[in-house]
Amino acid sequence: MANHTNKKEKALIFELSKPGRVGYNLPELDVPETDVASLLPKHLIRETPAELPEVSELQVVRHYTELSRRNHGVDNGFYPLGSCTMKYNPKINEDVARYPGFAQTHPYQPAETVQGVLEVMYNLQRDLAEITGMDAVTLQPAAGAAGEWTGLMMIRAYHESRGEKNRTKVIVPNSAHGTNPASATIAGLETVTIPSDERGLVNIEALREAVGPDTAALMLTNPNTLGLFEEDIVEMAKIVHEAGGLLYYDGANANAILGIARPGDMGFDVVHLNLHKTFTGPHGGGGPGAGPVGVKKILEPFLPAPIVAKKEDGTYYWDTDRPHSIGRVKGYHGNFGILLRAYSYIRTMGAEGLLQVSQYAVLNANYMMRRLAGAYHLPYDRVCKHEFVLSGVKQKKLGVRTLDIAKRLLDFGYHPPTIYFPLIVDECLMIEPTETETKETLDEFIDAMLQIARECEETPEIVQEAPHTTVVKRLDEATAARKPILRYQPE
Amino acid sequence: MKYRYLPMTEQDKREMMDAIGISSIDDLFSDIPEEVRFKGKLQISEALSEPELVSYFQSLAQKNVNFTTHVNFLGAGVYQHYIPSVVNHMLLRGEFFTAYTPYQPEISQGELQAIFEYQTMVCELTGMEVANSSMYDGATSLAEAAMMAAGHTGRKKVIVSRAVHPEARSVLGTYAYGQGVELTEVGYDSQGLTDTAALEAALDEGTAAVIVQYPNFLGNVEDLAAIEQIVHAKGALLIVSANPLALGILEAPGKLGADIVVGDMQPFGIPASFGGPHCGYFATSAKLMRKMPGRIVGQTKDEEGKRGFVLTLQAREQHIRREKATSNICSNQALLALASAITLSALGKQGVQEMAMMNLQKAHYAKQALQAKGISATFAAPFFNEFAINIGKPVADVNNKLLAKGFIGGYDLGLAYPELAGHMLIAVTELRTKQEIDALATELEAITRG
Repeated sequence: MANHTNKKEKALIFELSKPGRVGYNLPELDVPETDVASLLPKHLIRETPAELPEVSELQVVRHYTELSRRNHGVDNGFYPLGSCTMKYNPKINEDVARYPGFAQTHPYQPAETVQGVLEVMYNLQRDLAEITGMDAVTLQPAAGAAGEWTGLMMIRAYHESRGEKNRTKVIVPNSAHGTNPASATIAGLETVTIPSDERGLVNIEALREAVGPDTAALMLTNPNTLGLFEEDIVEMAKIVHEAGGLLYYDGANANAILGIARPGDMGFDVVHLNLHKTFTGPHGGGGPGAGPVGVKKILEPFLPAPIVAKKEDGTYYWDTDRPHSIGRVKGYHGNFGILLRAYSYIRTMGAEGLLQVSQYAVLNANYMMRRLAGAYHLPYDRVCKHEFVLSGVKQKKLGVRTLDIAKRLLDFGYHPPTIYFPLIVDECLMIEPTETETKETLDEFIDAMLQIARECEETPEIVQEAPHTTVVKRLDEATAARKPILRYQPE
Repeated sequence: MKYRYLPMTEQDKREMMDAIGISSIDDLFSDIPEEVRFKGKLQISEALSEPELVSYFQSLAQKNVNFTTHVNFLGAGVYQHYIPSVVNHMLLRGEFFTAYTPYQPEISQGELQAIFEYQTMVCELTGMEVANSSMYDGATSLAEAAMMAAGHTGRKKVIVSRAVHPEARSVLGTYAYGQGVELTEVGYDSQGLTDTAALEAALDEGTAAVIVQYPNFLGNVEDLAAIEQIVHAKGALLIVSANPLALGILEAPGKLGADIVVGDMQPFGIPASFGGPHCGYFATSAKLMRKMPGRIVGQTKDEEGKRGFVLTLQAREQHIRREKATSNICSNQALLALASAITLSALGKQGVQEMAMMNLQKAHYAKQALQAKGISATFAAPFFNEFAINIGKPVADVNNKLLAKGFIGGYDLGLAYPELAGHMLIAVTELRTKQEIDALATELEAITRG
């Protein structure tokens, strides 16, 4: 990608603007025009127009085409960004999402007029419940973090409904995503962090000590962010449940377990899924996501309202009669367009296909882990699930940081793995290949990683000074944060 | 069954298993306790081939009344607008579409620059100094603004006008409960505008913020200048939820003293799509910049002095602050922000004004046309592209009859405002023709007389 991209500075769309140019045309006004001054109070009529660009349609096309060429997506090449499940985003899903019968519908249309939309939502609720082993599902949360917060709010409502307002502590392992403790805080709960043990798993003794009459929940990602399955999960669930707490499953890593193990069967009471990860909603440059939440029966009364239900005659309707609901967590009915894409994906794969997804995601990860262990330090030498972590400690001794290795990968046309996360591994590299990559791609990436390991020993400056081929070199992030420039200002 | 997204061959499988030293893929799952292994086959919808998938979803899509089958006068926060064709073409470029959050700026300059431009456009429209890269939607953006105001002022009470979108108020209620923020609602007056006397009475030194909508949910244009004085007199922050298209003709909230401006960019390039995904926007003052939730793109230089863009001010965010974070947002609506930015580039300075003007003119014509048929407006306040009418009959019944005549009728205000049962909120955008408006007036006259 780097070799055909212009390395000159790219003009901002505002810098292309010239008074009088347009990139649109609207029909002539076909109603009698009334003087605006007679329609709106003078002080509420805009005095100076917004300084938006004035460009032609071709200028718009060239501008965004050029910007796209300065960007790397899964369509460009390998993107093993751990914890983000950067799998292929199917094109057919985009076609489906654009059918007027879906894209041109209004959320306030009467249910009778959108039976096809409701059928999609109903079927998706049902399939996600089956996939996760849960009893009911809300499709409303807009993303994973929104799902976490929704789940925790339900857990809180559950305890409060039982007169246990003192259950305010959410236990989170130190390997957890940052959203977990943040979601707990904004749900009005407190985080208790517990350590991992030498296996990279939750320290079960620490869990035993942490639970008590103030425990609201244990929040767990399984497989965890090291890519390791929490094999003591049954015991952990017992400890938490016996203490009166509930178990929350962070589904960020669900790509490892489809058809293999279900959170509901592991003892979890709540689960969210990231449809933009496991279920191929487009990654979109950071969103939109969709974070449906599944719950066990005991939490069903607290689900955000409304949810889609089916009458005996086969018609679908909004179930709004939910007096114990925690309320709405998003406007309208969730990110329907993403739900639709996820359902299209499920219909493409079916049960057998989803099982293979997880089997191959895990096979790919283990293959890469085995081939890279040695050249890089493998902090937890055990079978991994869909992702694994390496540590750059060997290279650090040679004066090369993990950040440098990541930047060097850019020269090979790859998006680097997630780096410096999870926080418990020094110089961490978190690699998630996904099931949609070929063995040839994995081998080429492995070769690049091995070459970089050699470079660290022989010519470390090549790595330290990387990237060499991108449109910009390393950027000054410190100044960006110290003296923020967050918008364009004309000279 | 073949799976076109799975490239694994039998040969690949063998070679990889050999390299790992296992004889079966099942060995890779030996760490999952037997008792929690899923034994059966998932009972989910069956897999379809690509052609079958197309017919299946087409048949589901065809079951839905939509803007291409009926003439639409429904708005209430989600609007049918002109979307230039270029938007979809640019949006679908895989380099944007299949990238994730720009964690590696050197290979994400396209996305970062596009978002930087988007932030600038939001600042320009709202008259604010800074904007973030997007929120989930208008409702969650409003709720986050309220939480930010409470955090910033150290005050625990937030006042929200009843003329703010009912669903946004509902979402706000959920957030407020979570964070122990106390909500007070103030009503609207006979004009359909926030009752400023009630607002003044409700405000006290413990009030963190006041939230109003501009134009409000009933369609009416709040007098932000008057509200601003009342709010700031008590040291509270003014949060305005604004329809960004209306800001093509209405004075920018920033110019009128708003502290935080939020809303949904849906009117710019985002299909209704049954209510999502849309794109919340969030703008505030430079003073409050470091309290703003969400991701923010900033301009900087590379090692050679070349202009470039990065995610910045990340010390605010959940992945750094964890339990001390004031917002948990991670994924956002980047792709929709891009759609809005492309739309705003195509519409540009003139187009946004022209489109806003068309909405204003056509909506006012519609109100007159309805009045001429004996259908009275509920309120007399100034409005933009939406207004309430009194049809004196159950709105659901009227809408059923309109449906049979080829119209998607307006929003049933009685659903959220019991005192407005029998009143309908009509949205008229630039896409409605005079002929369609006249036809609606004729049908409504016949239905309401019948």
